[in-house]
Amino acid sequence: MTTQHTTGTPAPGEAATTAPHTSTAGPPPLPLNPDPHTSRKLGRILIGAGAVVSFASTMLPWTWTSAFPGDLTIAMYPAGLQLLTLAAAVLTAAVLLATAGVRGLRWLTPGGKHSTLLLLTVGNLATTWYTAAAIAVELGGIVNFEPGMWIAVAGTALAVVGALALPTDLPPDPSASSTSSAAGTDERPGSWQRLRHALKAPAPGTAAPLPGWAEIVVICAACAIGLYVFAYGIEAEDGPPFIGFLVLAAFVFPALARAGLPKRLSVLAGRNRNTTLAAAFVAALLFPITQSNEAYTNIAVSVLIFATVALGLNMVVGLAGILDLGYVAFLGVGAYTAALVSGAETSSLGIHVPFWAAVLIGAAVALVFGLVIGFPSLRLHGDYLAIVTLGFGEIFRISVQNLDGDSGPNITNGPNGIPNIPDLKIFGFDLGQPHTILGFELGRFANYYLLMLVFTAIVVTVFRRSDDSRIGRAWIAIREDETAARAMGVNAFRLKLMAFALGATLAGMAGTVLAHVEFSVTPESYKFVHTAPPNSAFLLIAVILGGMGTVSGPLIGAALLYLIPAKLQFMADYQLLLFGIALILLMRFRPEGLIADRRKQLEFHETGQLDTPKAATPGLGKTEA
Amino acid sequence: MTTTTPADAPAPGSGPAPGEVVLDASGVTMRFGGLTAVRNVNLDVHAGEIVGLIGPNGAGKTTFFNCLTGLYIPTEGTVRYKGTVLPHRSHLVTQAGIARTFQNIRLFANMTVLENVLVGRHTRTHEGLFSALIRGPRFRRAEQESEERAMELLRFTGLQDKREHLARNLPYGEQRKLEIARALASEPGLLLLDEPTAGMTAVETTATRELVLAVREQGTAVLVIEHDMRFIFNLCDRVAVLVQGEKLVEGTPETVQRDERVVAAYLGTPFEGEPGEAEAAEVQAAEEADTPGAQHGQQEGKTD
Repeated sequence: MTTQHTTGTPAPGEAATTAPHTSTAGPPPLPLNPDPHTSRKLGRILIGAGAVVSFASTMLPWTWTSAFPGDLTIAMYPAGLQLLTLAAAVLTAAVLLATAGVRGLRWLTPGGKHSTLLLLTVGNLATTWYTAAAIAVELGGIVNFEPGMWIAVAGTALAVVGALALPTDLPPDPSASSTSSAAGTDERPGSWQRLRHALKAPAPGTAAPLPGWAEIVVICAACAIGLYVFAYGIEAEDGPPFIGFLVLAAFVFPALARAGLPKRLSVLAGRNRNTTLAAAFVAALLFPITQSNEAYTNIAVSVLIFATVALGLNMVVGLAGILDLGYVAFLGVGAYTAALVSGAETSSLGIHVPFWAAVLIGAAVALVFGLVIGFPSLRLHGDYLAIVTLGFGEIFRISVQNLDGDSGPNITNGPNGIPNIPDLKIFGFDLGQPHTILGFELGRFANYYLLMLVFTAIVVTVFRRSDDSRIGRAWIAIREDETAARAMGVNAFRLKLMAFALGATLAGMAGTVLAHVEFSVTPESYKFVHTAPPNSAFLLIAVILGGMGTVSGPLIGAALLYLIPAKLQFMADYQLLLFGIALILLMRFRPEGLIADRRKQLEFHETGQLDTPKAATPGLGKTEA
Repeated sequence: MTTTTPADAPAPGSGPAPGEVVLDASGVTMRFGGLTAVRNVNLDVHAGEIVGLIGPNGAGKTTFFNCLTGLYIPTEGTVRYKGTVLPHRSHLVTQAGIARTFQNIRLFANMTVLENVLVGRHTRTHEGLFSALIRGPRFRRAEQESEERAMELLRFTGLQDKREHLARNLPYGEQRKLEIARALASEPGLLLLDEPTAGMTAVETTATRELVLAVREQGTAVLVIEHDMRFIFNLCDRVAVLVQGEKLVEGTPETVQRDERVVAAYLGTPFEGEPGEAEAAEVQAAEEADTPGAQHGQQEGKTD
């Protein structure tokens, strides 16, 4: 059969592929040699060679002009997109050595081995070839390639061929082969099926227990890597460098997932919840000192506000199961309240209260709005509730627009909004001015970032603590089956109102900071749907994309959802289309969101088996923690 | 048609002597538009009693249950629990002390077994949102007590090894047990079971019977709907029969079992002028006298 090629890559061992093989261990997707052992050896050599070649190529110039973003012209100095290829090559080599059983690296692949290698090499190929394509398109033709580029292209292809020759991690699927033999044409499954099978990996076994300090070190290292990746993503120049980063990330994370590292890590994190939170907080705290550019800290503080509000929404949607399509209105209530009482010249109230008071007032007003809106609408269920909340969200925006002195009393200054909100001064510390602390210069947005981080920490704490309590259990029970929850003595209406009002309060709190960060508030920022966050639709997407009911899910979802439009300005026209496609794909292949709590994972992927939880499984053994 | 057997008469012999009246439903009527699902039903349950409620499909048993637990507001009639009239809100009914299970299992499928039982504790604990956020010592103590009590119930129902499993992954019989454990977590004075053995094997049914008896030993009265007659007649101190929304008979299992109207309700009444046994024998004799043809057997079957 000639269906053994799974990609269009040139295969050096082409002649050998036509040879039939009778190995019962299951045919590798691309056998370079009829003998599985030789094929395996050859594959590993090819991967190793490919990794070394692509590594070496990053030391050479890829193009002749620095007109291409990132400056890929300097020898022995990898930059921009070259760094991505470099990172992928190093990671591939490390995993290759780990699968060879090199001491000290074996922890890298507790789960799948060859599927990890395959994904890593394909990721390297995708990023590198994307770079080549971008150079060819931007500079006009492949004539702009330096030899280094060609070497990189060849090296990554070599590694992919090698990875395809490796045997699969799992024995062949009996059901897949039986269906193809039922077709009567071939005993072996088709190439597509075999590629899919090659991407499956076994779950990692239970880890040998580490000493307590080592676990903490691992968690800190993971947080540091997370910080670095986020900082790299935020700093990557718009256009090709950022797209290359996304492409690589889209392959490396699944690769690591197949290697079983995230599972191991989440077990560790489940054992050391407080340490993990503290490490993540410190990593977030350190972020501004890695940044020198105000534009990036500006993005970071916006991401943080957006993520915090998404987490607040997650409490309403993810825990209590109330589909709220007008959530951004509460952010608006907080922002407008803060704008009115913080001494802006155009404020109709004309008062200036200290920031802590503004936060309390903003949260309190949002709470009142939450109760007023929730009281009538939470008597509805499902679609009806969603429509009513959508309506209330729009009512807020339109009312604010009309309270301009013409159509109604002048409170909000109508469509012009309230501009020139003064910067905050907390204990004489002017957040509007750059400060130098411990030798690090912190600009205006970095100051606000650090302020916002405190609020994020508050929301995370509120979320975790209410989730793991009598109230949180009642919320989840209502989400699961409201009638049964009521029959168990849960006052469903009261608890839903509580969730709704608490979510509103948290959003209002975040809004008070937002007003100061953005200098001004205008009604147009609080729409149901808009091309840029925050708006109600994007908030909901962030929650669903990240993973409902988790803490980290909405944070990551919001970060992605904010960063991608901010970094890909040139694609603004197609943004909503691309989001639509991405969401459809996500719902098809990973309906539980990027970060799944185990509950959701079981809900969506029926294994047909009883789950056998280990001791300290994250997200479930909460009552013990 | 109302009761002919005196309802308040203590069940002779079987079971402990009935104590105070736990549940007193009087004149409960439930109409849905023109349809009267439950008509003027009186029922009372005494402390420490197991009362069965039987009747053909569509007799209004579950509707009656829903009226008792506040899911439906009865069109007429009142339901008293230990002398106080029950409000028409199901969470208040549970708070008052009546817990129930559902005919089609309604567990919180994506919560763990332990969490399911902890939700059942909701009315018996009072830690609000603020104490959850502050996490003072009182909150911790209450959570720990709740968990201990829940584990006790899981041990009682034999589910202690499955505390971290998702409810949806339990086998059917254990889901039924978990529903009972969850209901018991609200420390009810009266437990309403809606077809607890539906779809169970004989062994599981026996286990459920033991469980219900053990619940009674703990001082909880039980009102149970069931179609499995052997289960009902072996278990209950008293049985009430509901037919087309009305209570037909109420009494000890023996009384009910012997009541012709109950048999009629389940199997139908013999029609007027039905051939008696003598006539049947006559026909049979006549047929045998004839030369039996190939269709003899069939004809005989028809005559019967």
